[in-house]
Amino acid sequence: MAHDEVSGIDSAASDSSAVETSHRTPAGTAVIGSDVENPGEPPHRARVTDLDPAKAKHADRTVYTLFYLSIAGSIFALAAYMAFPIEDGDPVALRLNTLFIGLGSALALFGIGLAAVHWGKALMVDKEGIDIRHPVRGTDETRARAVEIFDQADKESGFGRRTLIRNSLIGAIIAFPLPGLVLFRGLGPQNQDPVELLSHTMWKKGSRLTLDPSGIPVKASDITIGSVFHIIPEGLNEREDLLEQKAKAAVLLMRLDPSDLNISPEREGWSYDGIVAYSKICTHVGCPVALYEQQTHHLLCPCHQSTFDVVNEAKVIFGPAKRPLPQLPIEVDSEGYLVAQSDFHEPVGPSFWERS
Amino acid sequence: MTSIIERPEAEAPATPKKGGGITGAAANYLDERTSISAVVKEFGRKIFPDHWSFMLGEVALYSFVVIILSGTFLTFFFQASMVETHYEGAFVPLKGVEMSAAMDSALHISFDVRGGLLVRQIHHWAALLFIASIGLHMLRVFFTGAFRKPRELNWMIGFVLFVLAMAEGFTGYSLPDDLLSGNGLRIIDGLIKGMPVIGTWTSFLLFGGEFPGTSIVGRLYTLHILLLPAILVAFLALHLVFVVVHKHTQFAGPGRTEKNVIGYPILPVYAAKAGGFFFLVFGVIALMASFFTINPIWNYGPYDPSPVSAGTQPDWYIGFADGALRLIPPGLEFVWLNHTWSFNIIIPVIALVLLLLFVFIYPFVEGWVTGDKREHHILDRPRNAPTRTAIGAAGVTFYAALWAAASSDLMATHFQLSIEGVIHVVQAWAVLGPFIAYFITKRVCIGLMKKDREIVLHGYESGRIVRLPGGEYIEVHEQLDDYERWKLVDYESFEPIMLRPNSRGKITPTMRLRSAMSNWFFEDRIAPASRTELEAAHGHGHADAVTSGTPARGQLEDPTGGNTHH
Repeated sequence: MAHDEVSGIDSAASDSSAVETSHRTPAGTAVIGSDVENPGEPPHRARVTDLDPAKAKHADRTVYTLFYLSIAGSIFALAAYMAFPIEDGDPVALRLNTLFIGLGSALALFGIGLAAVHWGKALMVDKEGIDIRHPVRGTDETRARAVEIFDQADKESGFGRRTLIRNSLIGAIIAFPLPGLVLFRGLGPQNQDPVELLSHTMWKKGSRLTLDPSGIPVKASDITIGSVFHIIPEGLNEREDLLEQKAKAAVLLMRLDPSDLNISPEREGWSYDGIVAYSKICTHVGCPVALYEQQTHHLLCPCHQSTFDVVNEAKVIFGPAKRPLPQLPIEVDSEGYLVAQSDFHEPVGPSFWERS
Repeated sequence: MTSIIERPEAEAPATPKKGGGITGAAANYLDERTSISAVVKEFGRKIFPDHWSFMLGEVALYSFVVIILSGTFLTFFFQASMVETHYEGAFVPLKGVEMSAAMDSALHISFDVRGGLLVRQIHHWAALLFIASIGLHMLRVFFTGAFRKPRELNWMIGFVLFVLAMAEGFTGYSLPDDLLSGNGLRIIDGLIKGMPVIGTWTSFLLFGGEFPGTSIVGRLYTLHILLLPAILVAFLALHLVFVVVHKHTQFAGPGRTEKNVIGYPILPVYAAKAGGFFFLVFGVIALMASFFTINPIWNYGPYDPSPVSAGTQPDWYIGFADGALRLIPPGLEFVWLNHTWSFNIIIPVIALVLLLLFVFIYPFVEGWVTGDKREHHILDRPRNAPTRTAIGAAGVTFYAALWAAASSDLMATHFQLSIEGVIHVVQAWAVLGPFIAYFITKRVCIGLMKKDREIVLHGYESGRIVRLPGGEYIEVHEQLDDYERWKLVDYESFEPIMLRPNSRGKITPTMRLRSAMSNWFFEDRIAPASRTELEAAHGHGHADAVTSGTPARGQLEDPTGGNTHH
């Protein structure tokens, strides 16, 4: 039988996960194997290349031809490197450069690979060999010797006996990496309060709403019903921390028929004649929510499909997000430009622990 | 780790003698300084068994080598810096656009270095192949039971490699600082911020301040080319050392036992076949890189937190994580104790961690249920371990649901469906699919075992129709030869544990659980055909050898009569 390590245990013993004894290890639950006899290795079958010298000669030719083809592929790739310059910025040249260097290299690789495998399969002696397995565990003598060595080391050092030394060693080993770990505190900013930073954006009273990315201010009169604009705060493009600010301050501006909007009492006056501005940063994990369905007035996040209803103050109507998109209160200044009344009244973007 | 290997046919390596020519002299020089002859003696004729599925791990290994080679080339050109610069390279549409040095250098590699785009694409395709082949290799190991003793620890090492490979993939994907990679990082940032207590600070530590900051690319670069590869190489080496220590598993076959391994020696056959296979894998990657564009960052432009990127997908191996985020039902975020609890993020993260954890510890779960402490070197055919195979199929189905969810928007737009409808279907799939897959797989496995048993006992249909003198037509059944039959009968069937009081006369809850799980695993089983049954079925063969009327139960003998190892 193949499964010759099965123990002599006759049936399932419920506590059969007992300690291993000697080299015989329990099979746990009862095992039913077949008592059909292993027929032993089948007789070796000669290959056509073993029997027919002409076929062997043919295989021989195939192998060296493939190796020569590989050399040809390498030369082809080298030639392609020189023959297809890309420096003039022509996209076709780039494509040809990539294609032909790649094809030459692939031919070089396939040549070697196919030749070696064919050589191994068709020409090398294909007599199978047998290795005998031994249990992975060390022999009893080895294990006894290992235990003896540890015992001896324990005696010679007094590791087990001198407990004060041992325990202080363990303590020291635990303590010494701590300063190193603390150094990694430096990965984060030292004099900033994350909660403070996450709670505010660039928007402040009187910031003009400008087009993303040009920074041109927009007038209320430019916004027609049904249109949508990508908005950034005035002065964003001059900021050193442009991306960090933009990641919080990006806004979508839409104009709807004022009678379509359901405005709650505390947000009266946050919009201007049907023009509403909402944070573009998804309240789920922060992707830009920028797919606006003009007919349904839904905003869809392309990342995880959270859907916000602009008619109802950007409440979530589908998807993993929970909170509505924060609304930016807007008004019109004396020149007719749209400006913010204030910053957002709550942190924008993904939720975080200290948010509320 | 090394034991003395009896190798009856092993030929002694040519002893370097004086006058052996330059090779002999060189070998002698080397051996006198390194003892290299001992290595050749030990491993030169080491036997590896043959099966196509054993090559999946090889594909992983070789694609990793290709990744190292192509990645090293890329490091000579790539600049892991987020310093703002204006693009002045060969790609006209982006001329003058403000971007980070990282994006600029990635474009430089693509458009100004000859063959640079090819190497970038080789690197990316090889990375995808690396993770895919690791995944398939793990499935092979799982479904054949190769993770059983003594290989449980190597399964865990392999799992760590899988996770490291995904981490390598994600850090690499994020390096060019293009629109999509930045968006991916934004999602990671949101995910981290959603973690209770530590989220906000973890995000600030990772990004060096507010997202996106100017540190993240440099930091990911250190992870991508130094820290993660170092750990990966160390674990890879350990993984391979254990393959040598354990010797490779083999499928059941004539002559094969738990105590031997039959196959071809490393020198010369495996050196040729495996060595050649490396070049074939590399060749396939090179071919893909020549023909198929991957990650065309020039189409996306530099990262900007604002532009729309509808229909974008993460690289495929991150899809299951992204999909988990999409599948969570709405409304799962609460304010409690004056803090924000984002269960819409916490639950998917926990689900993913549990899925991975279950994969990680599965060998111990099964080992505990069976109580089997023997070494196993003969692989199970998946059908012969129906419950395990069904569990695996359930796991694959769950993973597939998460994965499909990551493309829910594309499925909706391509097939003109509503996004809500697609999500709801995939939600149902994620919850019910694993159960359906479990039951179907288990039944199919048992059906296949019955079929095997039928073939063993009554032969296979030969397709030859014979008309009997009485006018009746029958199809002739041919018997298998001994070698083919052995492949079908060489497996074990476990009986469920009976719940019996222990030595103190008690039944503990643990014993109850174990017994219940054992019943669940092994209640439905088909025992391999015994000699008696064979005898009864076709009345020839080993009549003289029959000694008992029932299948041997836990009393299997050593057929080789030798090879004991006391």
